[in-house]
Parts: sequence; structure tokens; C-alpha cells
Amino acid sequence: MNLHEYQARELLRRAGIPVPPDGVATTPREAKQVAERLGAGKVVVKAQVHAGGRGKAGGVKLADSPEEAERTAAKILGMKIKGLTVHTVLLAPAAEIASEAYVGVIVDRASQSPVFMVSPAGGIDIEEVAATTPEKIFRARVDARYGLLPHQALGLAFRLYHDVGPARQAADILQKLYRAFVDAGASLAEINPLVRTPRGEIVALDAKIVVDDSELDRHPEIAALRDPTAEEPSEVQAREANLTYIRLEGDVGCVVNGAGLAMATMDLVKYYGGEPANFLDIGGSSNPEKVVNALKIITADQDVKAILFNIFGGITRCDDVANGIVAATRQFTVDRPIVIRLTGTNEQEAVEILNGVGMKALTDMDEAVKQAVGLAKGAAAA
Amino acid sequence: MSVFVDGNTRLVVQGITGRDGSFHAKQMMAYGTRVVAGVTPGKGGQTFQDTVPIFNTVAEAAAQTGANTSVIYVPAKFAADAIFEAADAGVGLVVCITEGVPVLDMTRVSPYVKERGARLIGPNCPGLITPGVAKVGIIPGQICTPGPIGVVSRSGTLTYEVVYQLTRAGMGQTTCVGIGGDPIIGTSFIDCLEAFQADPATKAVVMIGEIGGTDEQQAAEFVRTRMTKPVVGFIAGQTAPPGRRMGHAGAIISGSSGTAAEKMAAFEHAGIAVMQRPADVVPLLKERR
Repeated sequence: MNLHEYQARELLRRAGIPVPPDGVATTPREAKQVAERLGAGKVVVKAQVHAGGRGKAGGVKLADSPEEAERTAAKILGMKIKGLTVHTVLLAPAAEIASEAYVGVIVDRASQSPVFMVSPAGGIDIEEVAATTPEKIFRARVDARYGLLPHQALGLAFRLYHDVGPARQAADILQKLYRAFVDAGASLAEINPLVRTPRGEIVALDAKIVVDDSELDRHPEIAALRDPTAEEPSEVQAREANLTYIRLEGDVGCVVNGAGLAMATMDLVKYYGGEPANFLDIGGSSNPEKVVNALKIITADQDVKAILFNIFGGITRCDDVANGIVAATRQFTVDRPIVIRLTGTNEQEAVEILNGVGMKALTDMDEAVKQAVGLAKGAAAA
Repeated sequence: MSVFVDGNTRLVVQGITGRDGSFHAKQMMAYGTRVVAGVTPGKGGQTFQDTVPIFNTVAEAAAQTGANTSVIYVPAKFAADAIFEAADAGVGLVVCITEGVPVLDMTRVSPYVKERGARLIGPNCPGLITPGVAKVGIIPGQICTPGPIGVVSRSGTLTYEVVYQLTRAGMGQTTCVGIGGDPIIGTSFIDCLEAFQADPATKAVVMIGEIGGTDEQQAAEFVRTRMTKPVVGFIAGQTAPPGRRMGHAGAIISGSSGTAAEKMAAFEHAGIAVMQRPADVVPLLKERR
């Protein structure tokens, strides 16, 4: 789960990291009031969306006065950045900057450990730094059982600042960042830029935190930060129904059990010349209600021209899935053709259930995908 | 012959009285796996299905029954401790089926298990099966058949699909290992490839990867430099959008890294025959016999 910048700033502030004052607004009028309260002359107005490249998209602007902040917020609120509508802006005093650095900690898959990355080339996308000037990135692997060791923190800090004074300040920030990272159950926490002001203070100007979804159960205060308005509504609906759903651009709706098979099914749709409309995993233990919810979500997507079920029964029972399909067609009109492939646990029972309502089931994945692609194309041509 | 699981496997089921644990314990017993103990704290002294003794701790279970392998079906928030407990009890192979184990837990678990000389498979995996001999986990036994092909995969049902294709074509399996779909897992592709290369009964290997991370690229390099047996590979997620987690916690393209195209190119460079779809597994293996 991604946190908004204003939420991440608050977590860092609570961890004791110096973060300049700020405020959020959801209307231009509120933006003006926040700018007045901040008291500073010049403020920065920043779109709060879960997308990178906000600046390039015009979602980050300076304003010289509260009045201008109001006008700027009016432009940014409602703007779409990478398909996501901006509902909230953050306002903060424009900072004086002597130098900018990057500091971040991620869970690194290869070393199976948290890894810190710091760079004196801050303020720009760290992936860009990694691609163009990798020698400007310095890393330290953390043994999660002991945490970030003081010498590691100071060693990294000296990569950013030559003098011991600022280096000690930065080392302290790195320790607090690691604490915030662990306490939030994050898989990534970064400050970019970490700024040194002309007066020698070191402050965090922008923050990004990504929380491991598996941690949300034991961090209810973090889970409460989820902003459903910042996500695709159908994906929110799916999550509430315990389905994993990702909407794509195509016209073949896919309902599959298991993430790997779901991806392979989408790939096979493409292989046979179609375009998958979505990723949808109904999960391991099946119950008919999940299938009903899956069909509700898929049929709500008007781009879908044909619906493909691909079920390999293991823990998932084919008869549960068949019962779900029948229940769905009784609860609402499914006005798109359905192609069903199922094999494995209780396959025979499932076939009987489907035949009982005049539906057919296939056993071969390739055959089912070919049919679904053909039906979608036929519907598109009609 | 086989890898990791064989006729000497003596299994303890952690979470044997839970919904998933009891269901799959029965399935494993029915398949012929030697389930020698179960563990559920507070239920020590009882028996499961009138035959399997239940203990309060893995240490007791291992001491009294000689269990050398553990399979874990406990809820995600208890899974890390269940793995620590199995490793502390001296169990050599620990298979964690549980999905949703926090990745920061795994950063502590992984080095701990390794330092104690145990092998962890998973978490978030279907386990493994040596057809006709023993299964540890949840892979449906009826789709497998004994034979010369080793299978290793990050997925569950996609593995079943490929194994089903093999079985229908009369190509049996030595062992099928599901290594799990999480970002941090105990046993890698390379560990399995190394074991299959060393196993005399395994004549060819099928490797099923997916988007996210670089494990497949490293595995490809291992195949290129260290393996003499033919390898056939598949990568799921060619149509996956970047930056989105495709169901598995580890299946995500970060920036431009971890794409299917990159992994398939690494396979080709290593001389691994690349399947475009699951049904390609049989013809590609036949070509390489």
C-alpha cells in the first residue's frame, strides 16, 4: 500500500526527523487558509496522488502568496496524473536549499535484507541516478536482526557530507528513518530530497513510504491511512471482496484461480491475438460468493466483450466455481458470452451443474482461450 | 530418486488441527506420506485421525518421533515463529505453505534458518511432491506421476497446469517443487537446479518463473555455466503492467526491472528452451531428449 506524501511526512515527523511544517487542502479555499496559516511568503503546492513524476506532469507548483496558492490549487485539484485524479494538495513553505541528497531504505530481494541507499545527487529520480551515474549511489546492507548499526549510519552520512557536524545530523536521520520503516511495516521508505539549508540544518522535503500489505493486519493505524479515492473504484470493490483484481485495457475478462495461472492466462489471450481486460485471482479456497463478486466486477467493465474462466481445481473446487457462475446469472444479467474451462477437483460435478443450466465447460486451456478471443473479436466487429 | 523429499521423509505438520492443516494432513497421509507428528500448542497428548500424535512443541515432536521435515499451515502472523521453532528443533527441511508472511519477518527468518543448517521452502508456496512416494504441501497428487522430469516453479496452479500437461503426455516427474511467490523465499531456483543436476533420476528440468526480481536471470546463468541436463523454461506475466503486484507479493515489475522479456532473453542466452505457453512444455522436452 502506498502512502501519500503528507502521510509519509507525518510518520517521519513522529519518528523525530526534521520535516518542515505543512498542511493539506481539498479545496482552493482551504489551500489559501493553509498558506495563510503557514505564514511563509512563498509556498509549494503539491498534488497528492500515487504516481511518480508529479512535477513533470504539472502537479507541483510554487505560489508567492495565499491568493496565488488558491489559484494554483484550483488548477491542480481535479487534474489527472497518470489516470489518477488529484483530490488533495499538500502545501509547505518553499525551502531554501544549499544541497540536495537522497536517502532511502528498501527490502532488497537479492540479499534478503533491508538495504540503505544514499546519494549526494538528490532531488531527482533515484532510478535515473542509478542508470546514469551509478557511482554516486552508496549502499549498506542491514542485518535485520541487529538493525542499522551506528557505524553504518555514520559511514553512509559521510558519503553525503564531508564535515562531521552535518554527517552526525544525517546519521541520526538515517537511524530514525530505519525505525520509521520498521515501525510502519514498510518495504520502502525514502527521503528525496534530504536538504541542507543555507543555515546548515538538514531537513526532509519529500517522503515516500510503501507499506507491505501483509503488515496491515498488525498495523491498524497504518491500514487506516488507506485512501480509497486514490484508487480505481473497481479495484477497491475487488479488495473488499477478497479478490485480487487489476484492470487493464483489453476486452477479454479473465477469472482465474491462482496468480501464476492468471498471468499465464492473460499471456495466452495475447498469444491468440486478443487483449486481456484484467488480472483477477479468485484465490485458493473457493466459495461461490467470490465467483459472484468476480462476475459483478468484470461485467461492470463495459470494455469487456467476452468472459473467460480458467480454473485448475486443487484447493479450489470446480463445483464451487460452477455454483458461483450459476448463482451470478440468477442474481443479475450477464450480457456477455462466457467461456468456461475447468479441470481438477470435483470437475465432473461442476460439468453437471453447468450442463443443468445449459452451459458448457471445456477442459483444455488453449481451446478455451481461443474461443474467448474469437467471441470478443466477433462482438467488437458486430 | 528425487530431491528434498523421499521415502525417508518423516513429517511433522505445524498447525495440524487448523482448517487447512487438518485437511491437507489427511490428503498427505492418503498419498502415503509418513506423517509422524502434529503440533498445536495446547493440544499435546491428543491424536489426529486416531494415528498421529499431537505435541505442544516441534522440539517434543522431533525428539519423540524423529521428524526430519516440517510443513507449516499456521496463520501468517504466527508463521515466522513457526519457522524459527522448526529450525530450533533441528528439523532439516521446513516447508511453509502460509501466504501473507510479512517480508520484514522474512529478513530475520532467512539468515536464522541458514545459520542452523536447515532448508526452508516457501513461504507462500504449494510445497513439493515426489510422485508415488511422498507429498509435503498441497499439490494435488492425482495430476502427478513418477518419471524423469524435475519441475521447479514460483507458482501454484500454473505448476499444476504444466504438470498436468506432462502427465497427460506420459512424462512423469522426479520431484515438483513450488518455491513460492514472495519476494524473500528460503529456497531459490538455483538451489533446486543444483539438486536436480545432482539427482541421477532427473533427466530434464522444467523451470516456471514469473515477473519480478532477478532470480530467473541468476538461475539462467547457473544453467549456462553449471548444468548439463536440458532445461525448459516459462515466464508468466508478459502482459503484466509495470508497478502493479500481480497477486503474488513478489510478482511486480519495478521500474524497468523484472520484466518477462528480460527473463526470457536471459533464458535464451543460457540455452534454455523458452515456452511461449504452458502447452509448449511437452514438444520442447521431446525435442531435447
